[in-house]
Amino acid sequence: MKIIEIKNLYKIYNETEVEVKAVNGIDLNFEKGEFAAIVGPSGSGKTTLLNLLGGLDAPTSGDISVDGTSLGKLKSSKLIDFRMNNIGFVFQAYNLIPVLTAKENVEFIMHLQGKSKKERDARTKELLTAVGLEDRINSRPTKLSGGQQQRVAVARALASKPKFVLADEPTANLDSKSTENLLDIMERLNKEEGTTFIFSTHDQRVVNKARRVITIEDGKIISDEKKN
Amino acid sequence: MKNYIMAWRNLWRNKRRTLITVASIFFGVLMSTVMSSMQEGSYSNMIDNVVKFYSGYIQIHEEEYWENKTLYYSFEANEELYTKIESVEGITSYTPRLESFALASSEDITQPVLVMGVDPEKENNLTGLKKRVVEGEYFGENHNSILLASKLAENLGVEINDSIALLGQGYYGNTAAALFVVRGILNFPNPELNKRYAYLDLKDAQHYYSCEDKLTSLNIMVNDYSMVQPVIEELELKLDKPYSAMSWDEMQPELVQMVESDRAGGIIMKAILFMIIGFGILGTIMMMISERRKELGLMVAVGMQKYKLATILFFETVYMGIVGVISGIIASIPIIIYFLHNPAPITGDAGQIMIDMGIEPLLMFAASPGVFLQQVLIVFLITLFISIYPLISVSKLNVIKYLRD
Repeated sequence: MKIIEIKNLYKIYNETEVEVKAVNGIDLNFEKGEFAAIVGPSGSGKTTLLNLLGGLDAPTSGDISVDGTSLGKLKSSKLIDFRMNNIGFVFQAYNLIPVLTAKENVEFIMHLQGKSKKERDARTKELLTAVGLEDRINSRPTKLSGGQQQRVAVARALASKPKFVLADEPTANLDSKSTENLLDIMERLNKEEGTTFIFSTHDQRVVNKARRVITIEDGKIISDEKKN
Repeated sequence: MKNYIMAWRNLWRNKRRTLITVASIFFGVLMSTVMSSMQEGSYSNMIDNVVKFYSGYIQIHEEEYWENKTLYYSFEANEELYTKIESVEGITSYTPRLESFALASSEDITQPVLVMGVDPEKENNLTGLKKRVVEGEYFGENHNSILLASKLAENLGVEINDSIALLGQGYYGNTAAALFVVRGILNFPNPELNKRYAYLDLKDAQHYYSCEDKLTSLNIMVNDYSMVQPVIEELELKLDKPYSAMSWDEMQPELVQMVESDRAGGIIMKAILFMIIGFGILGTIMMMISERRKELGLMVAVGMQKYKLATILFFETVYMGIVGVISGIIASIPIIIYFLHNPAPITGDAGQIMIDMGIEPLLMFAASPGVFLQQVLIVFLITLFISIYPLISVSKLNVIKYLRD
């Protein structure tokens, strides 16, 4: 079952005298429950593609549709709501809100969604237990290690039960043990919750775990391999 | 996490910076509150002195008296009038007066005088006239007694129990002439009053000017200044022509003007003070936003509507104002209370000027709610104005750029 359909997608930057085609005519689909990595050298267009997929940036042309909804047709405030209800984000630099505890960071989006306290509490506990941080629920980000912060970020990304999670170089700032641990957690949650995970990465460990590896160069897909 | 709780936590992320900004508001509010209290206290002291000594808060006249100020426009005070006045809520006392001019002569010296015919007891209750007696007595039992202001007595060369002749024009245009015995000498702080004022018992004055039972004014005192307008409105409803009621500010426009011009000077000072504070708050808010661009980008990325984000930043601005203004006002209360009960004496030239104007030379303070509310309102308006900046920043927020920071 397709949840993301990308058709003839272009993102061209004209900020300098030289036109840069960061995304250069990509056609791509993602199925429900995929655990996919987008790989490629720096400047290949991985992050731009992820930003377009997440509705954080608008394409120059082409269309992205998520479960039949075309992102390009949504107005700014509707797009924000769409992201809140359908897309989870994990960033390279964790990007937790420093004044909130781990629990509060995880329930932040559920709060925006207007979910009840009971529902929030149950989901937060479930996710923080799943990422192994049930004993750190009241810790603020500054009291957590990089690996722990990224695990909270994963829990936050899944809190609203999104259709897919976009993770931009999630392991770039982590040591190998934390990376392994995080990947295991994400793989498990992918299987348990059926949530699609799409990574942009340089990290071979992530590539090894991914069940689909999409390689892009100069904004074009040069390979798309599915592993069994 | 409620927006207002998040805003509160954000405020204390950089404690030192927030405290410095709050301290600037604190000192600004403290200074402004104390200054306002001192200004309002001085005005109130000035007004009270003038009102209590001379005009009362309200005067009732014949409607054309104030323009012409002659006995021709005096009015007959009867029981019906007094009953109507007494039925008005808020009036604490009133005193009748008959005022006119005359020439006072003693031997070969003649001086122009302002003759005030007063009810000795009621006048004393209103103006404390008895306290001004520095020599002799306050009227006494005898008819045709006169009290003279000290400089006037000196100019006329008279002493207690000397006689003076008053020569003036009576109600019917007739000559008013009579001899009066000086029973008391009064001393006023205002030199102009000291040269001109002569007091007669009301009955003697009415007889002298041939206008029995007539008055030129009824001077009314009310509970406090705020009652002036409601009392005037009720008096106007109850009193028919030819009576008219005037408030102290209508009768003393130069005093009102003086207060207003002084107040305007204070406003300029406060405007400069609060402008500096305002730029301090703005600087802090700009820094707070600039430091958190990534976080703000993230919040919008994961689904927070921009208006909600703007609400958090608005709360942060307002909180800073609230903390500063509350602490400033709390700190100002003991200072104001102290000076309210222990007014500081004003010495030197400034004090002498006040004495000359008939005002007690004291640095008075006021503790009316307006003194405090004014600061709250100003800081609220400043923070409201400054909160436009975060609103604009959030409306222009570009998620990708902010996340890249």
